Amino acid sequence: MPVLARWIEAAGIPTVIVTMMPAVAQERRAPRIVGVEFPYGHAFGMPHDRAMQRRVLELGLRVLSGAAAFGTRVDLDLEWPVPLRDAYRAWQPKEPSPIVKKLLEARADAARS
Amino acid sequence: MIVDSYRFLPRSFRPLYEGRGPLRGEEGPVWAPFEKRLAASRIALLSSAGIYVRASQPAFDLDGERSRPEWGDPTWRAIPATTPSGQLGVAHLHINEEDIHADPEIALPMRLLSELVAEGAVGGAVAEHVAVMGYQDRHLSDWRTETAPAIIAHLREQDADGVVLAPA
Repeated sequence: MPVLARWIEAAGIPTVIVTMMPAVAQERRAPRIVGVEFPYGHAFGMPHDRAMQRRVLELGLRVLSGAAAFGTRVDLDLEWPVPLRDAYRAWQPKEPSPIVKKLLEARADAARS
Repeated sequence: MIVDSYRFLPRSFRPLYEGRGPLRGEEGPVWAPFEKRLAASRIALLSSAGIYVRASQPAFDLDGERSRPEWGDPTWRAIPATTPSGQLGVAHLHINEEDIHADPEIALPMRLLSELVAEGAVGGAVAEHVAVMGYQDRHLSDWRTETAPAIIAHLREQDADGVVLAPA
């Protein structure tokens, strides 16, 4: 998605990427970045928590409209309100995605041989 | 505070993301200045959570991904900003979709953006936001030649002055 942001930006439309992996967005050279330390699938926060979602979107809009230079990154200082162990389990799909399954099988094969 | 970009990622997957640098040909800066006031600007949202309108659009192709694990559906959906939450579907094999079903605003905050417009903080929202399905950067050729140009044309048609992108 950082690359999609770059293509949109290159077409003349300013972008900001709100992401749980801001370091990766930086490496991929996204123009404006907002980092959130939230689990995957939850870029704007907890379900039904309007105040939290508003803080994220407002920061995104502030960085979109106010960043002075390429590569601006601002991280949101907000802790995920669920214990890490539970949140880590909760975001993951019930069964591994096809590519993850394939990687795990390849690792298991390598370990066996 | 500096966000830990790998806090919720299984440790063994970290090398798949970390330290890989820019894609070839995507090393330099790109910059479109945001020239207007936010209160006079029209904003678009773009989510990669695999959201679609259940009544009128096909879901993203999950069976295709199951049969070809390295592939992901590169199509996109225009999501009318007024679509009620209950009419949005989610098709994504890489995350637990339950919370997005419960409240799609956590991925595509269309109602919240409308509130900011009503309050006057933001000038406007596009009539149709954009949804794609993420976790696909292994296969960017379809994205570069078809999906991205179509999305850019859509954003222009919608008169978007800026885009907030959010990966799932």
